[in-house]
Amino acid sequence: MASFSVKESDLRDILPANTLKTRVPQVQVERRIAPAPPRYRNEISKYIIRRNHDCIQCGKCAQLCPYGVHVRKPGYKYFCEPKSYHCVGPACEKTNHYCVAACPKAALQIVENPMMQVLGDYRWTADMLLATWMMAETGHVPPNEYGFNCHCGNSGGGFDKLRFKFPEKPSNGMSKDQIDTSIELNRRGDDRPQIRIDVPWYGGGMSFGSVSNVTQLSKARCAVAWNTFTCTGEGGYMERMRPYDDHVITQVATGLFGVREETIQRVPIVEFKYAQGAKPGLGGHLLGDKNTPAVARMREAVLGISLFSPFPFHSVYSIEDHMKHLDWIKHINRRALVSTKVSTPTDVDMVAVGSYAAGTHIIHIDGGYGGTGASPDIAKKNIAMPIEYAIGKVHGFLKAEGVRDKVTLMASGGVRTVHDVAKAIALGADGVIIGTSELVSLGCVRCSRCESGRGCPRGIATTDPELSGKMDLAWGTQRMINMYNAWREELVDILWRFGMRSISELRGRTDLLTHLDYTNDVEQ
Amino acid sequence: MPEKYPIETKPVPPRRPRVGRFGVVDWREDCARCHNCVKKACVYDRYRQEAEYVRTLEAVDALFFECMGCFSCVQNCTKGLLRLVVNPVYEALGNSYWTPDIIHTTWTQAETAKIPVSGAGYRGPFSGPGFDSMWTDMSEIVRPTRDGIHGREYISTAVDIGRKPAYLAFEDKSFRIDASCLSIQMPLILDLPSPRHTLPKLGPALREAAVRTDIIAMSGPSAWPFDREDIDRILPHTAFCLNPEQPVVPPQSLAKTRLVETYDGPDVADRIKRLKDKYPGIVVSVRVPLDANGVQRAIDLAVLAEVEVLHVVADLNGNQIGVEKPLFLKDMIRRIHTTLIEKGVRDEVTLIAGGGIALPEHMAKAIICGADLVSIDLPLMIALECHLCDHCKPGLPCPARLDDTPLDYAVGRMVNLIAAWHDQLIEVMGAMGMREVRRLRGDVGRAMFFEDLEEETFGKLFGKRK
Repeated sequence: MASFSVKESDLRDILPANTLKTRVPQVQVERRIAPAPPRYRNEISKYIIRRNHDCIQCGKCAQLCPYGVHVRKPGYKYFCEPKSYHCVGPACEKTNHYCVAACPKAALQIVENPMMQVLGDYRWTADMLLATWMMAETGHVPPNEYGFNCHCGNSGGGFDKLRFKFPEKPSNGMSKDQIDTSIELNRRGDDRPQIRIDVPWYGGGMSFGSVSNVTQLSKARCAVAWNTFTCTGEGGYMERMRPYDDHVITQVATGLFGVREETIQRVPIVEFKYAQGAKPGLGGHLLGDKNTPAVARMREAVLGISLFSPFPFHSVYSIEDHMKHLDWIKHINRRALVSTKVSTPTDVDMVAVGSYAAGTHIIHIDGGYGGTGASPDIAKKNIAMPIEYAIGKVHGFLKAEGVRDKVTLMASGGVRTVHDVAKAIALGADGVIIGTSELVSLGCVRCSRCESGRGCPRGIATTDPELSGKMDLAWGTQRMINMYNAWREELVDILWRFGMRSISELRGRTDLLTHLDYTNDVEQ
Repeated sequence: MPEKYPIETKPVPPRRPRVGRFGVVDWREDCARCHNCVKKACVYDRYRQEAEYVRTLEAVDALFFECMGCFSCVQNCTKGLLRLVVNPVYEALGNSYWTPDIIHTTWTQAETAKIPVSGAGYRGPFSGPGFDSMWTDMSEIVRPTRDGIHGREYISTAVDIGRKPAYLAFEDKSFRIDASCLSIQMPLILDLPSPRHTLPKLGPALREAAVRTDIIAMSGPSAWPFDREDIDRILPHTAFCLNPEQPVVPPQSLAKTRLVETYDGPDVADRIKRLKDKYPGIVVSVRVPLDANGVQRAIDLAVLAEVEVLHVVADLNGNQIGVEKPLFLKDMIRRIHTTLIEKGVRDEVTLIAGGGIALPEHMAKAIICGADLVSIDLPLMIALECHLCDHCKPGLPCPARLDDTPLDYAVGRMVNLIAAWHDQLIEVMGAMGMREVRRLRGDVGRAMFFEDLEEETFGKLFGKRK
């Protein structure tokens, strides 16, 4: 698929000479699906295969197993430890390739992994984590025989209670190749560029400081491969991100950390962050331990102290003030689209319309249950409404005001799977913004220790050199590219089952949804 | 700018081993002796700490449960010998309302006085019963702050207890000071420990914690006389709960207190009058258990001219007392609050709500529902490492050794908890754009309720909620 390419000649007209001079050649990343096995020796699995000492290394199990659980490396006599995370478990019993039954010495045993009780939580269940890891490894949604209940979490409300009403058969003989999942980000019809992204999502803002270099660059490279975007977050623009300028959103947040004229001029989209779902109504907060020399330099701050961003923008107290800021950005970067990221207060619909009036291209609503960084527990659970409520509210209000098709509505905050993406779009969003699922694809177990001491023990959300050294850029990029592919395949399948040719046909189709807690007898 | 309200805190480590959520199970017999032991590489150094802990253990009564649950050792072990499991002791903490997570976060706050912070977004259920079925609102561009531009240092959490003058009055060319109202720096009072958890050493700790945080602690008259306590310092922060069966506090001591609580009864108005005649300036609160008739009784009392403070108390889990299908505290507060507004007497009484206030957000939410302030009891016990195991009887072993609690430790932990709650109240008020907790009372416009949002969003799409 063609990437929206920025011609150097176009830039010459609109970029100031000093910014143009500092522009570096842009890197291309191939959208190639390749296996990206887990980086840990013992990947967590739903079932555990035990091979006891009666094994005679006959190799029968390896011959039978279509999933690659039993591996003997060439030249070796003994089998490796079984790759339990590939095992489909009891679903295999009825097949003719059930290794436990076939083993001539009865040396194999399948047991449920007791760690399933520990892994995951209400929102991200163990199955959801395992399925996302598998998508990141293989690039495809795990086959049904794995039995992962991975489309819904266990939170008991919102997305987890919504289901699609699929027709028994797809309504036409359409091929899946004809289905278009791209969305347009500039609907204002102004003189700014039309930007289409190939998938209806892009990566959320995670600042350098909160996540490692490798994580941020993996996100950027994946965004290039999938012709979508990633966002700098509040911590500034790493020099190493510059070869990906055309797929980066510069975030201007209340602390204005790392915001400079050239970082605004480099990119096709600039995002104004008023609030964020994880801590609505509070400013960003980088804990002192994560404020390393590199972070402090980029943020132009004192090393080792906690960095708080104020809430709200102390220069924005009305839509007119907001407009003034958007005008300022638009003036500095004459090709940029502007996105406004707000959280979900009770009057989020008014905010959205106001923001449209101020001239924004993208309204990004971030619901209360999302977020990747450290935030006070009291804020995560209690402040602002979940995104499931906000999407319909904003979509309906924009429609009633007659401006729905003039602005792109992006939703985030608790979008965990591609089914959540589709449900968000069916509720009325144009697309979504994801964060946690990208980190999960890199092996995040959601232990919630992003903020403790040196940061993430898994090397994802940390700037500690030793910890972040646990991950390699090529691997990280591939894992994300794979996950995006699996998501897109599943999204295409959803659209295909509905007989839709484009993702835009799904927008606002609440008639295709049911809610498990409701009678579902309303004519729509 | 109002005077700041500083609470001095310092870390108070637990006396007993911490009970964490995770434990690592180790199957040693299959170890490869590879010398690449992942235990050495634990980011948090827990295995070395565990070894030290075991060495210094006097009795094997508690294992080391400080694993952070990152799975790194489990996933890197050469032979895959390690498994992470949930600590059964952790799961057994508390009950369905006072969940292990609530107890754990309370312990941490009592130790550190810090706001609990974690990463990776929210992990819990979408909504739930009780206080979990509402969200507080926040400000955005079009309505940045209800009270104007301000920083957190300007947010006042002070509340008044008693009858405020409805208008300015002058006496001898100066303001007439109506003394029948007192102010405390936080919308919180420390209630009597529940009868099940009453321990003799807790009283002095509660009273001292109230002094240090400039709030008020309830005290049973049987605690009088106070032992080795600085009476003049303590009494203004003590409120006696007068009870006919218990001995009476001497009048000269009672006169030094600012608030007194009395039981409900047919002659309550007379008793209030007598108390106020005898102790001019004292504020009298009436304790109303929220049983089957509690809500109506509170409303009936509020319209009496003599009643100035109502302290409505649900059971420990915030439910209506002795009712098959109980209402929850938040709904009972809303009912009382709105009825009092309809009757035009809301500003005549102060409403203190207690029972089931387990987390700082409950304090903010109860106030939004219509309480002026809240009272707490169990969180203070949990601050002292209580497991809520209900074994609080002489002779039975207490995992927190509550019968032997040093005063400094108990006061330090309680003060830390109150300070952490105060900071969290400031957080949500900052997000709401509120500058005064007094203005938050009954301001349901600063909250969103599950039922309303569901009806507004899904009700019109999917019919009736089952």
